[in-house]
Amino acid sequence: MLRTLSISMVPQRSLVPYVVLGAIALSIVWGLVASGMWNDMLRYRKDVVYLTKQHLVLVGVSGSLAIVSGVALGVWLSRPWMRRYAEATIQVVNMGTAIPTLGKLALIMTVLGIGALSAIVGLWIATLLPIIRNTYVGIRAVPHHLVDAAQGMGMSPTTILRRVELPNAMFVIFAGVRTAMAINVGTAPIAFLIGGGGLGELIFTGIDLQEFGMMLAGAIPTALLAVAVDFVFGQAQYWLVPRGVNPLRAS
Amino acid sequence: MIRLDALTKVYHTSHGDVASVSNVTLEVPEGATCVLLGPSGCGKTTTLRMINRLVTPTSGRITIAGRDTGSVDPVALRRTIGYVIQQIGLFPNMTVAQNIGVVPRLLGWDAARTRKRAEELLAMLALDPGEFLDRYPSELSGGQAQRVGVARALAADPPVLLMDEPFGAVDPVNREVIQDEFLRMQKALRKTVLFVSHDIDEAVKMADCIAIFRAGKLEQFAPPDELLGRPANDFVRGFVGSDRTLKRLRRIAVSEVMGAPNGAGAGPTVSTTDDLRRVATLFLEHGVDALPCVDESGRVVGTVTRAAVATRLGAR
Repeated sequence: MLRTLSISMVPQRSLVPYVVLGAIALSIVWGLVASGMWNDMLRYRKDVVYLTKQHLVLVGVSGSLAIVSGVALGVWLSRPWMRRYAEATIQVVNMGTAIPTLGKLALIMTVLGIGALSAIVGLWIATLLPIIRNTYVGIRAVPHHLVDAAQGMGMSPTTILRRVELPNAMFVIFAGVRTAMAINVGTAPIAFLIGGGGLGELIFTGIDLQEFGMMLAGAIPTALLAVAVDFVFGQAQYWLVPRGVNPLRAS
Repeated sequence: MIRLDALTKVYHTSHGDVASVSNVTLEVPEGATCVLLGPSGCGKTTTLRMINRLVTPTSGRITIAGRDTGSVDPVALRRTIGYVIQQIGLFPNMTVAQNIGVVPRLLGWDAARTRKRAEELLAMLALDPGEFLDRYPSELSGGQAQRVGVARALAADPPVLLMDEPFGAVDPVNREVIQDEFLRMQKALRKTVLFVSHDIDEAVKMADCIAIFRAGKLEQFAPPDELLGRPANDFVRGFVGSDRTLKRLRRIAVSEVMGAPNGAGAGPTVSTTDDLRRVATLFLEHGVDALPCVDESGRVVGTVTRAAVATRLGAR
């Protein structure tokens, strides 16, 4: 019964959304070519390549740092000796999540100044919070009797974490990572505002100058990146979460 | 052999110290099944969990085969003790084969040996290995899952098995079936089993000896027949129920009360391996006072009479 319930809560894995997205993208490209905007955009080709690299570094560095440190912190908070402080810490994390990302970037800038470092730290923190929360909640949601059985069979605490708690929390952790990476990719263009570079430079400058070709030259790769990142983490969630506890793969 | 010696567990709570288990001493012979019985909160589960040191005793000693469990690394100790819990606790992220292989893997068995052992155990528990080895727990029924739970506890062939209300979550019909299977298996394996239950019928059926607990204290420790025949006090008498004589019938075999054949005529017969429940049923149904007893080949070897049954029930 539990299984049918979780199926109805979690969208079935399917390629339909990607097909729909592809169709929309094609019609946009057709519109751009027809309106002559495509030629405007091509003028920024070199900038796009250069800024995309910068953008990927921002997303890649802050995202991977956030995943590693977020999962580690979530695990740490879920340990028995942290129980007394964990709930309070998670409340702080929740409040942190509520602060708008732009506000977080501004706060970081006042401390670290302008530049790529501030941008990476800002993105890291924004990405970190949902991962900590989901890792902690996911591990705490593993039924206690599973841990009891594991302990009673002679698993050490580390083995219990590795073979029982993490695999059973994996689906929830991945959900957190996906949410976090969507925030990361969505926020990365704003990094330009605190001197972080990236595709935001084309978007914001394009808006300021009312150069729609320039704006789209930044916006379209940003959108493509968001879709690609979500696809990658969706696939990872599908394949890396063990079949027995993966609602997407329930037979 | 498992020996508990003045075992005590005290919890420090905001209302002061509460003795969950106090001064329990008992000895379970090797190969015997001992049921820890009592109402909820009586300390039976805590007692069980002190044996594999999931709960650390406040005082007292536990020895398994002469070895003080307090002197062993708890993690290593638990790998030599099978553990079955009511919620079964199969790991949903692992297949049946992987679940059964947990302890063998911890002990460093190679993959082939572990898999072979899993096949062997499933076959023993009447589950087709080809069909079940690669299933996930979510693909099992309650009864199947509990069988796998027992298989997992037996995987590394531990001499001792701890079972905490293992069949409590299974429906009554399947519970009887699994209990019978377990009894048959236990006959062959002769593990030393400690079994927590709150069900007197289950205890009478499964146990070689029953330990009745109330509020952390051991009220009586005796074989089922003695417990039902001579309850030590009013609490035990109340707990075993007013039909305790009827319950006793289950554990007495015809062969124990059989006299010489008296040439009783045609009609119903009982087998020497039947228990007295069948004898009593036939007495009542047919209004007779004596029944011929037959052995496996159907030959009449004796007679069971009302008087003999009454003597047996009153004798102790």
